[in-house]
Amino acid sequence: MPTMTIAKAINAGLRAALEQDESVLLMGEDIGTLGGVYRVTEGLKSDFGPDRVVDSPLAESGIIGTSIGLSLRGYRPVAEIQFDGFVFPGFNQITTQLAKMHARSNGQLTVPVTIRIPYGGGIGSVEHHSESPEALFAHTAGLRIVTPSNAHDAYWMTQQAIACADPVIVFEPKRRYWLKGEVDTEDPGASADPFRAHVVREGTDATVVAWGPLVPVALAAAEASAEDGRSVEVIDLRSISPIDFDAIIASVTKTGRLIVAHEAPTFGGMGGEIASRVGEAAFLSLEAPVIRVGGFHMPYPVAKVEEHYLPDIDRILEALDRAFAY
Amino acid sequence: MGVELPTTEFSDIPDELAMELEAHAHDGAEGHGAMVQLLDEDGRFRRDSKLAESIKGLSEDSLQGMYRQMAMIRRFDTEATALQRQGQLALWVPLRGQEAAQIGSGAATQAQDYVFPTYREHGVALTRGVDLAELLRLFRGLSNGGWDPRATGFHLYTLVLAAQTPHAVGYAMGMQRDQARAAARGEEAGDPGAVVAYFGDGASSEGDVHESMVFAASFKAPVVFFCQNNQWAISVPAEVQSRIPLFNRAKGYGFPGVRVDGNDVLAVYAVTQWALERARAGKGPVLIEAYTYRQGAHTTADDPTKYRLSDEEQSWLAKDPLARFEKHLRAEGIADEAFFEQVAADGDALATKARADILEFTAPVLADAFANVYAEPHPLVEQELAWHRDYEAGFADAAAEATREGGR
Ligand SMILES: Cc1ncc(C[n+]2csc(CCOP(=O)(O)OP(=O)(O)O)c2C)c(N)n1
Repeated sequence: MPTMTIAKAINAGLRAALEQDESVLLMGEDIGTLGGVYRVTEGLKSDFGPDRVVDSPLAESGIIGTSIGLSLRGYRPVAEIQFDGFVFPGFNQITTQLAKMHARSNGQLTVPVTIRIPYGGGIGSVEHHSESPEALFAHTAGLRIVTPSNAHDAYWMTQQAIACADPVIVFEPKRRYWLKGEVDTEDPGASADPFRAHVVREGTDATVVAWGPLVPVALAAAEASAEDGRSVEVIDLRSISPIDFDAIIASVTKTGRLIVAHEAPTFGGMGGEIASRVGEAAFLSLEAPVIRVGGFHMPYPVAKVEEHYLPDIDRILEALDRAFAY
Repeated sequence: MGVELPTTEFSDIPDELAMELEAHAHDGAEGHGAMVQLLDEDGRFRRDSKLAESIKGLSEDSLQGMYRQMAMIRRFDTEATALQRQGQLALWVPLRGQEAAQIGSGAATQAQDYVFPTYREHGVALTRGVDLAELLRLFRGLSNGGWDPRATGFHLYTLVLAAQTPHAVGYAMGMQRDQARAAARGEEAGDPGAVVAYFGDGASSEGDVHESMVFAASFKAPVVFFCQNNQWAISVPAEVQSRIPLFNRAKGYGFPGVRVDGNDVLAVYAVTQWALERARAGKGPVLIEAYTYRQGAHTTADDPTKYRLSDEEQSWLAKDPLARFEKHLRAEGIADEAFFEQVAADGDALATKARADILEFTAPVLADAFANVYAEPHPLVEQELAWHRDYEAGFADAAAEATREGGR
């Protein structure tokens, strides 16, 4: 099995999709000759040509909007948004147009557009380069949202998103782009369904749900907890819309405690959605309230203090302590 | 390796014909600047016009057909406005005054073309064979579309201003690729198509129009931007949207812009046909500004007396597109009294049908709305639908129970 970085796995996934389906094409700023600012699309323009790997004008609404038009004509565009904080000029196209086209046409039209967005902090960057806007999109019906946390998922999710008849946003954890992992390019295995959560560590006393960049953090916290004699289960959510509530509820029913950890601010975030659902479905299994660990209600802070903003192992351990104190 | 798509050669922009069009344009009477016209305000044909040639190919039947469509859609529009007043429609967006711009441009499209409308393009819808009853269903609050966009080549209405313009460019880029790919395979591609993107003078200020024009120019997409400058964006005059004549903006993007008298159906037809042919031939986009006037309210919720003078309205009534074309058809002996009487009668029949259609409409049930949120199965939607069904069924039980008890 080949080992590759997440960035390389996405590149390989895009390559496979371009090879398998002539209607697939990539669009974005700097994705062609440069290969993307993160080099995720490196080599694709030279191999597939400028009409399939399109260096677009610098215009996010234009990128999403023309992708919608291309999809209406039978193409499967994959739009790259260069950074999370720059998706907002295209927000209108995503939420009012892309998300609703299928419903508005009573199912006559499908718009299989994939939008790739490098997201999250931890890279020491300047403002608007470290956002986690997943909840803003998850709130909009008609979109699907996935986020890989490892190379194998990155390879398969990229292709699954492109093959999906619905619009899919793939949030790529940019600070993990260089994280290496084994990729089975023959068989997706448990990753065959991109919308299912994975239990990535079994445990009996508490559950931590995380996604994308925070999965390794949650795993490390679980390891550290084991030293205190606590058995912590970790779920990699993988899909933010839809959410695999069955997997979460099954775990909580077993462990009785739930921590949801994400980089986005907790207020109005996906953690609240998960907590509320679990409260409704597994109230009597809970030994403690569901606790959220996330960003603060502030603009993403400057890089020199981001380590105090981003949930780390200690913040998850503190939450576990609180949960065990009930 | 990829296929060959047209490259952008700036040397051919504006091309010869575009310059011809600009050079040829007549001065508008009110200092509106150069404007292509074939019928003056009294319906007299401008034989001196070079464009006169391009409509020579139109048979008397086609000319009659265009008039007929203009008259039919005006009658339908009047009826729909009345239906809204009677509470049968939630809202109506009248097109009165813009019949020439819409029928002229729509008639210039071919079956393989694709149209992205805004929300007032009822006349274009008619030329594309859309069942007008579907427009009534939309404004009655029963659907968001209803016609088949692929069969008619007429996309859904768009209520977020200008949002459809990048879709139009993307669709045109798709058409471009279809042609290039077929050629690369040595296959017959079918006649090349082009896209028309409709938008208003107000919408022209939206960033999406700008981005669309940049994309269209960069990729030489076969798209015709058709701006109906009806002088008002609800209550805001066109001068607030643009300090220069709108068509002039095209130059800044690197493709031709033409202002056409939007109340002159023949000029609109000729200019749109030229632009579409140019686009289909791979020469890239054109911006057409159809200079026209919305004679009525913005929508049935609007009161134009609050923001514009009746003098202005009167002066534009004198340029009425239907009256002008009627004069022309009569003067040239293309249509006689019997024809106009027949059209009037057919219009009344269409209005009667609209009234009858509304009574036939059935309301959808909310449960159906769950079906198309996603194209593929989605657990949350399934779960919420199941809950909704149960909840509604609870009322059915109660109702049934009540009936039973009442009967006892
Ligand atoms: C993005 C957006 N902003 C505001 C509105 C509300 N609105 C609807 S129509 C309209 C005026 C549009 O004027 P114009 O583009 O000239 O088109 P017209 O209605 O005159 O055909 C406005 C402001 C809207 N529909 N979409």
